[in-house]
Amino acid sequence: MANLKDIKKRITSVKSTQQITKAMKMVAAARFRKAGQAIEAARPYAAKMQQVLASLALREDPAAHPLLQKHDRRGKALVLVLSSDRGLCGGFNLNVAKAAEQFVRSNADGFDSYEVVVIGRKGREQLKTRGLIADKVYEDVTADATYATAALIGQEIVHGYEQGEVDAVYLVYNAFFSAIRQEVTVDQLLPIIPAEAEAEVFPVQPLYEPARGEVLSSILPKHVEVQIYRAFLESLASEHGARMSAMESASKNASEMIAALTLQYNRVRQAVITTELVEIISGASSVQ
Amino acid sequence: MAQKLKLEIVTPASQVLCEEVDEITAPGNMGQFGVLPGHTPLLTILDVGEFSYRKGSDVYYLAVNWGYVEVADDRVLVLVETAESQDHIDLARAKAALGRAEAKLKELNPADKEYRILQGALQRALVRIQVGSRGSRH
Repeated sequence: MANLKDIKKRITSVKSTQQITKAMKMVAAARFRKAGQAIEAARPYAAKMQQVLASLALREDPAAHPLLQKHDRRGKALVLVLSSDRGLCGGFNLNVAKAAEQFVRSNADGFDSYEVVVIGRKGREQLKTRGLIADKVYEDVTADATYATAALIGQEIVHGYEQGEVDAVYLVYNAFFSAIRQEVTVDQLLPIIPAEAEAEVFPVQPLYEPARGEVLSSILPKHVEVQIYRAFLESLASEHGARMSAMESASKNASEMIAALTLQYNRVRQAVITTELVEIISGASSVQ
Repeated sequence: MAQKLKLEIVTPASQVLCEEVDEITAPGNMGQFGVLPGHTPLLTILDVGEFSYRKGSDVYYLAVNWGYVEVADDRVLVLVETAESQDHIDLARAKAALGRAEAKLKELNPADKEYRILQGALQRALVRIQVGSRGSRH
């Protein structure tokens, strides 16, 4: 039977772990609220932008701008995976890595090769254990997802697509629904998918001011940046949500463990007292 | 005209407005332009400037900062970086920003990278002051 001192030690260690998980939960909850608000606020803009672009892609001649053009070649596809830099957030990184791996392995669109770009240290590690080596990793950008970072990554992607280095771009990220619900989503970022044509609407060429080319080369890259930014925020809110619920259940488990250990501790203590009493009594009776 | 325009203004930070209006005026990249119901489809770039819309006889003003306008089927979609209505403009702050930008611009020469950034700031401050001092909205 375990001795009293060992059990005591374990209780103390579990307690201090619980303190950490509780603190982390509180921090995650605070950050989660902020991130949740940020994504709720950013969604309408991104959605409208998508709407404008989808109808634009429907009406517009794909040859008008390189970003509208679908590459016939199925050479290389870029997969941008959004994960987190820190762990202890449940299945967050695992899920996104799993989805990314599945996407690349199944290769539904028949690309020759994939370039995997990962945001967040943990995603890279998860992918590595699954045998996918990231071609490029951005670390320490998720904590404060700024538009500037998203824009930078967007510009690089746009450049790659325009130069024909990649023939399609996909985003893999945790879409945020609620604190306990995140779903891994794979979005096609480039080429831009045109909206479903409504039967009665004629594709009317809109007026462009200034010239068509100028408008397109301003709005298309911007669209890519906005969508990446949105995915950033989605992923961030999901991360904090996932961490919150992971820490919640960790704290709960710790409480259960402490209760079980305390019970065991008291039992052992009682057993020790009983043995000592028996020894004293039997000692005393032998003297008499 | 019985027809109305459905005006929607969204910024990355929030959905600012979603209303039925009679007429809008926007600071296009090539000059101020107006849109009435029945306008032909249009996609254009907006500059920093004053955006206004009319509802009945009331005219409302907003300071907007760089974005896009899409007009299609009497729907006007405005995607801008920022949009501030008169109530949200802090005149004192805008004036202070204007003073700062002017002072700094004097020291710099136009070739500096900062020059353009500052000019943007100057313009935004000017627009805010213009919109903010429009008087009450009715």
